[in-house]
Amino acid sequence: MTTTAADLTSPAKNRAMALPSARRLLLWTGLAVLIAWVLVPIYLVALGAFGGRLGVFRWPKSIWPSDLSFAAMSQFLAIEGVFNALLNSLIAAGLTVVFSIALGAPAGYALARYTFRGQNAYRLLVLLTRAFPLAILALPLTVSFIRLGLYDTPFGVSLIHTVLALPFAALVTQSLFMGIPREYEEAAWVFGCTRFQAFIKVILPLALPGLAATAIFAFVISWNEVFAASILTVRERTLTAYLLRILAESPLHYRFAGGFILIIPSVLFIFAVRRYLFAVWGIASK
Amino acid sequence: MPARTSWIPYALIAPSVIFLAALFLVPLVQTVWLSVSAGDGLSLENYRRMAGDLNFALAVKNTFLLTLVVVPLQVVLALAMATMVTKLDKGRDLVLWVLTIPLGISDLAAGLAWLALLQNTGYLNSALYALGLIQGPVGWLSQETPVALFFAIVLAELWRATAIVLVILIAGLQLIPKEFAEAAEIFGARPWTRFTRITLPLLKPSLQSALILRTVLAFEVFAVVYALGGRNFPVLAGEAYVWQNDNQNYGVAAAYAVLIMAISLAATAVYLRVLRTRPEQLP
Repeated sequence: MTTTAADLTSPAKNRAMALPSARRLLLWTGLAVLIAWVLVPIYLVALGAFGGRLGVFRWPKSIWPSDLSFAAMSQFLAIEGVFNALLNSLIAAGLTVVFSIALGAPAGYALARYTFRGQNAYRLLVLLTRAFPLAILALPLTVSFIRLGLYDTPFGVSLIHTVLALPFAALVTQSLFMGIPREYEEAAWVFGCTRFQAFIKVILPLALPGLAATAIFAFVISWNEVFAASILTVRERTLTAYLLRILAESPLHYRFAGGFILIIPSVLFIFAVRRYLFAVWGIASK
Repeated sequence: MPARTSWIPYALIAPSVIFLAALFLVPLVQTVWLSVSAGDGLSLENYRRMAGDLNFALAVKNTFLLTLVVVPLQVVLALAMATMVTKLDKGRDLVLWVLTIPLGISDLAAGLAWLALLQNTGYLNSALYALGLIQGPVGWLSQETPVALFFAIVLAELWRATAIVLVILIAGLQLIPKEFAEAAEIFGARPWTRFTRITLPLLKPSLQSALILRTVLAFEVFAVVYALGGRNFPVLAGEAYVWQNDNQNYGVAAAYAVLIMAISLAATAVYLRVLRTRPEQLP
């Protein structure tokens, strides 16, 4: 859990020093190409999003920004349904965060601190979810969701998104709690704390950054999900479901504006959790 | 060491067990049930309609082709990226951040980003025009250019989903003791030999989980394809979506779902078997 990218630099340093300059040049050229490969499409969709109708049909295009304006973007946000969809996406993602942490963290704690019968069965259940295309499970849920009044609500969408995020949350919080010595907790017991108090006062503050990273991942999983959200909503669409629905009939610059809005939070979130990225995925993919 | 067994751990895992039972296991059974029930009683009618559909054979072919091209390319690209990044000294964190940005990007957004590049009056055509290779806007994403559309989807998928393979592989590389490579270097092993004889075999568990994750996701590919080509390039998940939402036929949609699940499970089983690591092989 504590291994971050920073820990790796020391052995890498020696090797980098040893590289002859020609090979270093080659290395940096390769990396520059890869960085451009990642960033250029984002840059171009941003140009499309702020270029408006005229920008989309300008021919031939220049890769330099010209007459960009927020008018195109605010026009898109003013379209009936867009703002509502944005709101629904935020609600669904927020609920997914709450559910996956509320259900996953206790399970992670149990796996980290106790040995109990059925432990392996539980692990198997969690790992089993990975072999299935989970979003597809939204298909049969339509009928029961209509019956339960959950169909076409952000709450219903967040339930299926929690299925996607929960196994991840359980596995990550397990190793998170394993990284916190149980002696800390025992010391708190000695000083008269109950188990619950010890958890709240001692363990939780230590686990908070890791929990925050897990929450952010759950948010991104929900924010990005297209298939289940499209199946389970009609009027109360999330942003991805809304964009998918209007793909065929909406003008290009609106599509780019939608794509750009989808990308922005992801970029920021990945930046926020970059220190945890490798630790988290190393654990979740064991 | 481990605390005595009590009711506490059961109380802690119970909510998530109930939740997964209700929203993972139940729908799983429901899907299978829906797919084999038509009218009254069991029948394979839904599967017959699925297989008889005009787009079915094409969707199967396209999905498999896409997976077989995209997933291996992603692994190779991610291995190359990981090797380059581990050689870095300065700027390593920044480079890693940029390379992992697509991890957080929706498949729909990825499709739209590449649409900006590849549409008729887009940047690819503008570049080709500037080089004098084409006379005016050319369409790449229509039904008349299936090969170009296929490559467009491959590019968008490579762009979006290589980051996740990269992250898993780098997390795996961190677990390999540096002494192995150093020892091999002392014995005169070339970089390529060190890579194929030491890094790759020890990376097998990470490769396995990356492959399982990516293959399962590749078989339910959907939004990228729709953003770029609409229904010009049928894929399995897309057909399931159309049967469910446009045709309102839940039975046939369920049949598609069962097919996708069966393929995913089979792929997972193959990876678990072919890439299994015996405990004594672990460092």
